[in-house]
Amino acid sequence: MCNRQSEFVCYRETQFIAGNQIMQWEIVIGLEVHAQLSTRSKIFSGASTAYGAPPNTQACVIDLALPGVLPVLNKGAVERAIRFGLSVGAAINSPSIFARKNYFYPDLPKGYQISQYELPVVQGGTIQIQTESGEKIIRLTRAHLEEDAGKSLHEDFHGMSGIDLNRAGTPLLEIVSEPDIRSSAEAVAYAKTLHTLVRWIGICDGNMQEGSFRCDANVSVRPKGTEKLGTRCEIKNLNSFRFLEKAIDFEVGRQVEILEDGGVIRQETRLYDANRDETRTMRTKEDANDYRYFPDPDLLPLEISPAWIEQIGQTLPELPRARQQRYMAEFALSQYDASVLTASRETADFFEATVRHLPGHGKLCANWIMGEISGQLNKDGIEVGSCPIGPDRLATLLARIVDETISGKAAKTIFDSLWKGESGQDVDIIIAEKGLKQITDDGALETLVDQVLAANPQQVADYRGGKEKAFNSLIGQIMKATQGKANPAQVNAMLKRKLEA
Amino acid sequence: MLNASLKQLSAQLAQKKISSVELTTECLDRIKRLNPEYNAFITVNEEMSLAQAQAADAMIASGQSGPLTGIPVAQKDIFCAKGWLTTCGSKMLSNFVSPYDAGVIERFNAAGAVNIGKTNMDEFAMGSSNETSYFGFVRNPWDINAVPGGSSGGAACAVAARLAPAATGTDTGGSIRQPAALCGISGIKPTYGLVSRYGMIAFASSLDQGGPMAKSAEDLAMLLNVMVGFDVRDSTSLQRDVEDYAGELQKPLHGLRIGLPKEYFAAGMSSEVELAVTNALEEFRKLGAQTIEVSLPNVPLSIPVYYVLAPAEASSNLSRFDGVRYGHRAESYTDLADMYRKSRAQGFGAEVKRRILIGTYVLSHGYYDAYYIKAQKLRRLIAQDFADAYQQCDVIMGPTTPTVAFNLGEKSGDPIQMYLSDIYTSAANLTGMPAMSIPVGFGEKKRPIGLHLIGNYFREAQLLNIAHQYQQVTDWHVQSPV
Repeated sequence: MCNRQSEFVCYRETQFIAGNQIMQWEIVIGLEVHAQLSTRSKIFSGASTAYGAPPNTQACVIDLALPGVLPVLNKGAVERAIRFGLSVGAAINSPSIFARKNYFYPDLPKGYQISQYELPVVQGGTIQIQTESGEKIIRLTRAHLEEDAGKSLHEDFHGMSGIDLNRAGTPLLEIVSEPDIRSSAEAVAYAKTLHTLVRWIGICDGNMQEGSFRCDANVSVRPKGTEKLGTRCEIKNLNSFRFLEKAIDFEVGRQVEILEDGGVIRQETRLYDANRDETRTMRTKEDANDYRYFPDPDLLPLEISPAWIEQIGQTLPELPRARQQRYMAEFALSQYDASVLTASRETADFFEATVRHLPGHGKLCANWIMGEISGQLNKDGIEVGSCPIGPDRLATLLARIVDETISGKAAKTIFDSLWKGESGQDVDIIIAEKGLKQITDDGALETLVDQVLAANPQQVADYRGGKEKAFNSLIGQIMKATQGKANPAQVNAMLKRKLEA
Repeated sequence: MLNASLKQLSAQLAQKKISSVELTTECLDRIKRLNPEYNAFITVNEEMSLAQAQAADAMIASGQSGPLTGIPVAQKDIFCAKGWLTTCGSKMLSNFVSPYDAGVIERFNAAGAVNIGKTNMDEFAMGSSNETSYFGFVRNPWDINAVPGGSSGGAACAVAARLAPAATGTDTGGSIRQPAALCGISGIKPTYGLVSRYGMIAFASSLDQGGPMAKSAEDLAMLLNVMVGFDVRDSTSLQRDVEDYAGELQKPLHGLRIGLPKEYFAAGMSSEVELAVTNALEEFRKLGAQTIEVSLPNVPLSIPVYYVLAPAEASSNLSRFDGVRYGHRAESYTDLADMYRKSRAQGFGAEVKRRILIGTYVLSHGYYDAYYIKAQKLRRLIAQDFADAYQQCDVIMGPTTPTVAFNLGEKSGDPIQMYLSDIYTSAANLTGMPAMSIPVGFGEKKRPIGLHLIGNYFREAQLLNIAHQYQQVTDWHVQSPV
């Protein structure tokens, strides 16, 4: 994005110990994230933004930049930018100004991109991330609205290039952080937190394969303890969290190596090659464009009324961070559990619906959602929204553990049946059909225990002689005799009592 | 028939004394006969024009007609019209057939007007003589050795030579008013934002404004009633109540205060222009108006301000002409950069290239503040000058141009002299105010002279009233070179 910009670039501190152990380097990173806004039509035209249509079927006369056409701003894109601004505690600028960023490229039909330059719609704000050493605040510089370019297709055209303008004019929110990030791990934590947030507030589908959420990283290093920023390199188009991490790690290593060899870093734009796990020069500062930004005379200054901001604020959901804190207070969950459950609004809602059916058992619900549910969803590649076991059904199952009708182990068997949709997904029918009801009757258990003790005199002797392992063997015998249905806690206590009598 | 006013033609059509097909055919015949000499039209399409005329006759027959139904209107080739070659006077678009209608074209179509052809113009509206057109120069019907003015030179010629009863133009620095003055017709540039820019190929977006060109103020009012209107596809279009621009035509001018900026009556104006303007002012006094001297101290900076801002916007607006999707593409090239370079080098003429270079320069890193920002600040000061002047007067008058039409070829090698043709007109574009030119006499070789009227924002009806009252007592506007 913005070119006249060293102040936008990016910094903080994590330590990087150089190979020779003499100099310690501090890594300084700022991220620019392009989030595609979830409007149905484009930011300056009425054409559809749906992904995957045949080339150039979703490009109208405006997207094609025919002579004489003019842009008209999509209100929905502005509304989403405001939602974002409010959710990060930023200021909403009014007016903000659309500017033209001029450069020639075949997939940029007008020869300029409409973006925002001097006055972006969102100014400031913060994102809180979790790091190994606790919570950390990353400051945002700004977030601005702009249009996406089309795509150049360099294969399949026999020495020529194809241009697909379906994507041209798709609304983007470019979210620029301050250089507050100090490691690749922090960069990933920041990007993930942002990714969660934009989906949470419903402004972006977050689909990284389709390019709905893309990161550029500005990376530099400086001797630890110094203030002056090192020369940065910008790594473009990192479309997965893993690539973001690897690209930064590679880039830091590259820069440190150059500096330790007495070289200087050249300011440039670099591209990450995932196949080779390295970054490569894309363009140097010398061949960087002069974008000649100036206010777009086809668009008026964007005025946003306080009433509109307030109205949008009222529709903002409880945000991930607020929910995390509430889960920790209300359900005594750990920070880790709370953050996993709030990784998406759907998961958090699923959790809350489950616990509503099973009050007082937040931790149990959390464990099952983060364990069995999440595991099966991943395995089947489906979203929590299409989970075959709904929160009410899960709560019914967990309630049977709580009331000791079944053991945790049996619950997993039942869970598998429920997942497959067996027996009309009725928990109690499955328990009955599979005979998984726990044996909790003291009398019945005592008979069983006595039988096993009588049948295994050697183990009894061993245990009494000090071989504690023998205890587990006896428990195993008892569980085997009941096909695992004996209440383990009861059996344990009973066996101990009898052996030590 | 083609000397008749629009009002007369409209009445004859409504009374079925003539049909639109007859009127259209007469225009087409005259164009066929005279256009080879004048070169006022780039494209004529008899079939499409006659189809519209037939449809107009059907509208009239069914009682669905309006004042402009069946009237042929010559459209400047800057307006995209569906199915019509739309070149903007450039080789770059010499093969571009528009797939859509401009807002202005839509409004004329809805009113039942007939598109009689696309008029010649300076390339991308950059010029004051119509000599930068890729399709050749246009002659002034009053003197075929003189330029018609520009950039709407074809439009002015078409109306003056009675090839069409009315025409559209666009005005970025004087492109309606200057050719109107040089060809002895009337033309008005409305307040910025009144006429939709959608489909009007952009030169300098913050200055461009479409408007009508015709024989009289009364005709202009009828045309403006069709052209003006909110267009949701143009974000700079103004949403206002519908206004009848003919509504004030008959108002007496008694008590009207005419401001005469001393800066417009300074050195540079030829004596014949000065004389004609002085005589016109005397006529207004006879009509009951009074004249007072006002000052617009920053207005002499209009030309330098204009020649920073207009090229800046143009350099960006013309970037889309890259040979990739439509328009001219070089036949052979070695790579992408070479394709751009050759396509644009071949597709654009010298004046367009000059302005792209100026505009690119003033927007460049390190120069932006000194040129673009400075010019924007001056633009505001110029607007303030007018606001101050309107405290003392109702309308501002002066010459439209410093001289009568110059000879073909006379200034084409001297851009600065050419740029000074717009010395009186560009301020109205910088401020967005309405302004018009009406014929007030002739200079040597019977080359026409125009009076420039600048009104306050949205005072088009008043300007037309003032011009109409003058035209009721004078006959310059009904004189014809043919």
